[in-house]
Amino acid sequence: MKEGEKEIELIKKGKRLDGRGFEELRPIKIEVGVLKRADGSCYFEMGNNKVMAAVYGPREMHPRHFQDAKMAVVKYRYNMAPFSVDDRKRPGPDRRSVEISKVSREAFDPVIIKEYYPKTAIDVYVEVLQSDAGTRTAGINAASVALADAGIPMKDMVSSVAVGKIGGEVVLDLSGVEDNHGEADMPIAMVARTDTITMLQMDGHFKKEEFERGLKLAMDACHKIYELQRTALIERYSKSVGEGEE
Amino acid sequence: MYKVVVPGDFISEESNRAGEGTYVEEGKVYAMKYGIVDDREEIKVVALSGKYVPTKGDVVIGKIVEISFPYWIVDIASPYEARLHTSEFTRNEREKIEFGSMGKYLDLGDLIVAKVMNVDAMIRVDLALKNEFKIGEGGRLIEISHTKVPRLIGRSGSMIRMLKEKCNCFIFIAKNGRVWIKGSEDEMNLASQVVLMIENEAHTSGLTDRVSYFLDSFKR
Repeated sequence: MKEGEKEIELIKKGKRLDGRGFEELRPIKIEVGVLKRADGSCYFEMGNNKVMAAVYGPREMHPRHFQDAKMAVVKYRYNMAPFSVDDRKRPGPDRRSVEISKVSREAFDPVIIKEYYPKTAIDVYVEVLQSDAGTRTAGINAASVALADAGIPMKDMVSSVAVGKIGGEVVLDLSGVEDNHGEADMPIAMVARTDTITMLQMDGHFKKEEFERGLKLAMDACHKIYELQRTALIERYSKSVGEGEE
Repeated sequence: MYKVVVPGDFISEESNRAGEGTYVEEGKVYAMKYGIVDDREEIKVVALSGKYVPTKGDVVIGKIVEISFPYWIVDIASPYEARLHTSEFTRNEREKIEFGSMGKYLDLGDLIVAKVMNVDAMIRVDLALKNEFKIGEGGRLIEISHTKVPRLIGRSGSMIRMLKEKCNCFIFIAKNGRVWIKGSEDEMNLASQVVLMIENEAHTSGLTDRVSYFLDSFKR
């Protein structure tokens, strides 16, 4: 919290500012295959976060000397639109987005089977259209669905969510205000099937017990998000089945 | 009834039957791709999307994109480009194709029908020409996802046979998802419309009947 700012009461009568309980996710909406030109795409909403993920490839890697003779190279670009935040965000990559791109790419490292497409590149573009804390987790969720939609061979799907600490309480899925005025924020990404954590970052301080509780909250939430991702993918191909049954 | 799976979905305990699009972990079969389960013979996941990777024996439609002596570099709608050696033309003759004269045989932008002769460990793709190799003028080329090709052909060729008959067109389907259609203008319009319809609805059941009905409604 910056100096001179007034302390905000983040918890009132056991509820958060947006009326959620401590262990409640923001509403999630997932749409698969929204971009015609991309090989795989996904539009993902998590509360006020709106992100679009597009996957291209595997395709020829340029420049050539970045090719890997044994496997595909995954490129991940997290980018915030200038209009995604209250003050205009200066367009282009910056320290923050480069870091997020890196950790997000590595969150997919254990699941993408890169050996199937040697010498190629798999491009993942994540565009944040509207931001309200936790965009990297929303981006990872969207990218995971988009990768599956592109037909990329993967061992598992990745799901992601953040936990944090506000007003001394450990809570799930921080909103923008909570993130700005809270005490800690910890985004995690994991494989829901095997409970393997593929990304974990922490900003702020947790006590050991709080960390453990937060981790448990986040992992449970990832299972829920995974189910939503899965349902979105499956429903896409069951919608048009009713007609013309064999 | 078919079952859609996403990567990581558990499919079966019978790890000895695991096939394409799956992986085995601790004796269990899981899906590796987003697709439809097919367990008639081995347990496979038929992908709903994805890029074409050439395998030996595939017949593909390619486009010449570069001439680099003694090879033509051919785009085969894949992350990997293929090459065609000049000796493919001179096999039974004494003559050799000279450095500057490759364009006389096949020029940039020409479409060819070729067979994948060999794919090495580095995924260098060598092509061999088919007898009727050059796609002449007239007709049109449409590209669909290679994953939809089996559906377009249909079980033992039922779909494509019907399409050819009812549209009165010459239709050639290559393994890499390129489809060559030749006929009168109206017939080609109809045929390409139907091919795209099949691509969009490839995952639905009863498609052959619907396509048949659709084509009949056009005949009047």
